[in-house]
Amino acid sequence: MADTLSPAQTPTQTPTGRVRSVPRLVFTDAEAGALEFPSSNSRSFNYFKPQRLKATMYEDVTVDVQPDPARYLTQNWVYGFAKAPGGYPTEWTAAKSSDWHWFRDPNQEWEQTIYKNNARLVRQVEQNIANARNEGAFERWSPGWSRIVAWHVGAWMHPEHGLGMHVFLPAQRDAPTNMINNAISVNSMHKLRIAQDLALFNLEASEARSDFDGKAHLEAWNDDPVWQPVRENAEKLTAIRDWLEAVVAANLAFEPLVGELFRGGYVMATAAANGDFVTPSIMGVAESDLERDLGYTKDLIGGLTSDQEHGRQNIELVGEWLSRWIPESLAAARSLAPVFSEAENSPVTFEDTLSRARERVRAILGELEIPTPKELDQ
Amino acid sequence: MPAATARRQSRTKIHDKIQELSWNPTFATPVDKYPTDYTFEKAPKKDPMKQVLRSYFPMEEEKDQRVFGAMDGAVRGNMFRHVQQRWMEWQKLFLSIIPFPEISAARAMPLAINAVPNPEVHNGLAVQMIDEVRHSTIQMNLKRLYMNHYIDPAGFDITEKAFSNCYAGTIGRQFGEGFITGDAITAADIYLTIVAETAFTNTLFVAMPSEAAANGDYLLPTVFHSVQSDESRHISNGYSIILMALADERNRELLARDLRYAWWNNHAVVDAAIGTFIEYGTKDRRKDRESYAEAWRRWIYDDYYRSYLMPLEKYGLEVPHDLVEEAWNRIWNKGYIHEVAQFFATGWPVNYWRIDPMTDEDFEWFEHKYPGWYDKYGKWWENYSRLRHPNGHGPIAFEDVNYQYPHRCWTCMVPCLIREDLVVDKVDDQWRTYCSETCRWTDKVAFRPEYKGRDTPSMGRLTGKREWETLYHNWDLADIQKDLGYVRDDGKTLIPQPHMDLDDPKKLWTLDDCKGYPFPSPNIMLNEMSDQEREEFATQYKAGGPGGRYAGRA
Ligand SMILES: [Fe+2]
Ligand SMILES: [Fe+2]
Repeated sequence: MADTLSPAQTPTQTPTGRVRSVPRLVFTDAEAGALEFPSSNSRSFNYFKPQRLKATMYEDVTVDVQPDPARYLTQNWVYGFAKAPGGYPTEWTAAKSSDWHWFRDPNQEWEQTIYKNNARLVRQVEQNIANARNEGAFERWSPGWSRIVAWHVGAWMHPEHGLGMHVFLPAQRDAPTNMINNAISVNSMHKLRIAQDLALFNLEASEARSDFDGKAHLEAWNDDPVWQPVRENAEKLTAIRDWLEAVVAANLAFEPLVGELFRGGYVMATAAANGDFVTPSIMGVAESDLERDLGYTKDLIGGLTSDQEHGRQNIELVGEWLSRWIPESLAAARSLAPVFSEAENSPVTFEDTLSRARERVRAILGELEIPTPKELDQ
Repeated sequence: MPAATARRQSRTKIHDKIQELSWNPTFATPVDKYPTDYTFEKAPKKDPMKQVLRSYFPMEEEKDQRVFGAMDGAVRGNMFRHVQQRWMEWQKLFLSIIPFPEISAARAMPLAINAVPNPEVHNGLAVQMIDEVRHSTIQMNLKRLYMNHYIDPAGFDITEKAFSNCYAGTIGRQFGEGFITGDAITAADIYLTIVAETAFTNTLFVAMPSEAAANGDYLLPTVFHSVQSDESRHISNGYSIILMALADERNRELLARDLRYAWWNNHAVVDAAIGTFIEYGTKDRRKDRESYAEAWRRWIYDDYYRSYLMPLEKYGLEVPHDLVEEAWNRIWNKGYIHEVAQFFATGWPVNYWRIDPMTDEDFEWFEHKYPGWYDKYGKWWENYSRLRHPNGHGPIAFEDVNYQYPHRCWTCMVPCLIREDLVVDKVDDQWRTYCSETCRWTDKVAFRPEYKGRDTPSMGRLTGKREWETLYHNWDLADIQKDLGYVRDDGKTLIPQPHMDLDDPKKLWTLDDCKGYPFPSPNIMLNEMSDQEREEFATQYKAGGPGGRYAGRA
């Protein structure tokens, strides 16, 4: 058993007689089951408790990769910041947990799921755009609708990018466990991906239509009063230090009140009435991203608000955060009201859409048993 | 649908368009979470390699499919009938460490994005972030496969716990924690990208895989080449940032400091680990296979130092020529890798992997590649082999084999193995030992709030219980092993063993074999010494070696 041949002792003669120096396979019989001895069947990662009976692939490749002095990290973090401890201090959020390691991403994101999903979605978007181009769909837009796509849909690429790059991407540095940080990093990529898709869609439209102003989105985002409160909301989200507050403000306030309101409530509903089938398909992809991202956000917040020790305090805290951020996002949403009556065919009203957005927030908070902040009705 | 997808927008137009996404905020700006003392006010526009997510995701998905295909093939093709245990055992250490640096690189990206105001580089850094999530989880998956299919899963089964509580994990952890903590540019650009990724991934992801293949494991090469194929984009990110930093003269002193620290720490840590895996973890003793020293000379000295670093001198980068030469000197003349491998083997009872003794064939190869090797290390390895089975004696660290247990380097945490280079200094009111003058400088001079008379308020700190032995000062060895959890499922047989012989239970060490050996902390003892005792100790220690021998004993 011990003295297997080394690769150097094996023949290196090739059938042609040419001598090559290559390591050759040797029989070592080092496969599972070849012998029985203590731990010879210990074939699962045994240092964490799986959520269910058996650990999932996601858990195996994610749990405890980011160590924690509260678990096994006996020598503690070996680098610190100038004025703060290093590693992943739990103080980087005001929320408290009796055990941060409970959290598992309901989407079970790891390498394979991340690339499968996102590759599927970019293919879907590309295919939809290609079909539209081939069918001459861009040319069929009315000039009025074309301007709306250039101006308003164009503007929307910016908050997606801003949230991806400056809200979620920094947040994934900060949470106390690998499970939370990985979920947030996937959220960040969703946002960046959809932002790029919208930008490239915009480029496509400007190539297909001579009246489509591919730079209009810059003016809309930087100067149009309709968009300034949205920009203000997005920029303020980037200024939040507390990673969980940032995730809550973005996913539980901004996304339902502004993101869904615009993408689903306005664009998807209005585009069809104006003969545009391609823009809604891109927005639809963003909406399905949001479902995944809301999934992890709700599980995370739900776990914290039902924490045996800190639940009440966390409910209050999330409530405070929402009281601060819901008014910002309501203001941003309201500023978009004029957009709803711009198109020739405007099948939805702003007020109905906003009511639905409010209901959506109410439903999410209801699920989490967090009292709806009074600001939602103001 | 082929006609529909055939036409693609021009690359230039696509990239220009993507640049339109960012804007100058006027209501609020991203919070400065991670401080830096570097300034980028005068930074010129620098475009790193462009990345469009529309092509990125499908490209990576395709790479993944090849990796997963190879994994299925390896299992179906019974790859583990041909892998060398000597090699696989070291993977228990290597693969416990490496997913953490990978994920740390993901976490480091916001440090760089926040520090560098130019949006042109942000996209590349964001893509690197998700690349690193990919690398971390793909490597964990490889390890999971090893655990499931390799003869001895013990050590893989406790992998992330063992990484957290073992002295060797802590050494490796710098290569990771160093990316995410302290001055944002020191950490996320100089330490991570300019040194770790640009210099040392060559040995990690290129030299390691070829050695794995020579030992019957072709999965490690598949996974790591797939990882390495993302690396050129990361190197390009780092290069853009260092050029921008160089544009402002106020940064140059900091760059010089950080490059000295990062170079030396990477050398101390990565060469220790990877050098050991490649030289002592292989069964491939063909005389013409490249040694680690030869690979280092080619990849790091020629390709990195001479072709990458030196050309940056003309932009004002102060290149640490002396430290590059000294790293080579440590590897070639001072036996750095052999000293480290010997130390790992001395410490086998507190490892979570098994270490194979060296045979005559190994001796011959070492003597051929590193002339003079036998005189320095041969006897000790003969003793290691002699003491490999429990037979009424203690583990080799507790037997008289003329090996003086080393002090740890406070900075790099690798022990002070090149005895003559030991530096003892009192820093932060504590007597500390360092493996080298540069490691002393790193602790006492570089990682401080002031550097060469200027304020460096963002510079990080060296923290933690840096000497592992301190945790267990004078504990009984068996109690330490129990506390670490390095025990097999019968409750008594150890996970670590100084041999590969699983066929006979009598050859396996148990807790009982390790009872009665107190394990003192060298640093605590050093601090208990009088000034005179300490000076005598240092003189004696420095006169010792090579191969850990006591001063005055042959
Ligand atoms: Fe990586
Ligand atoms: Fe050192």
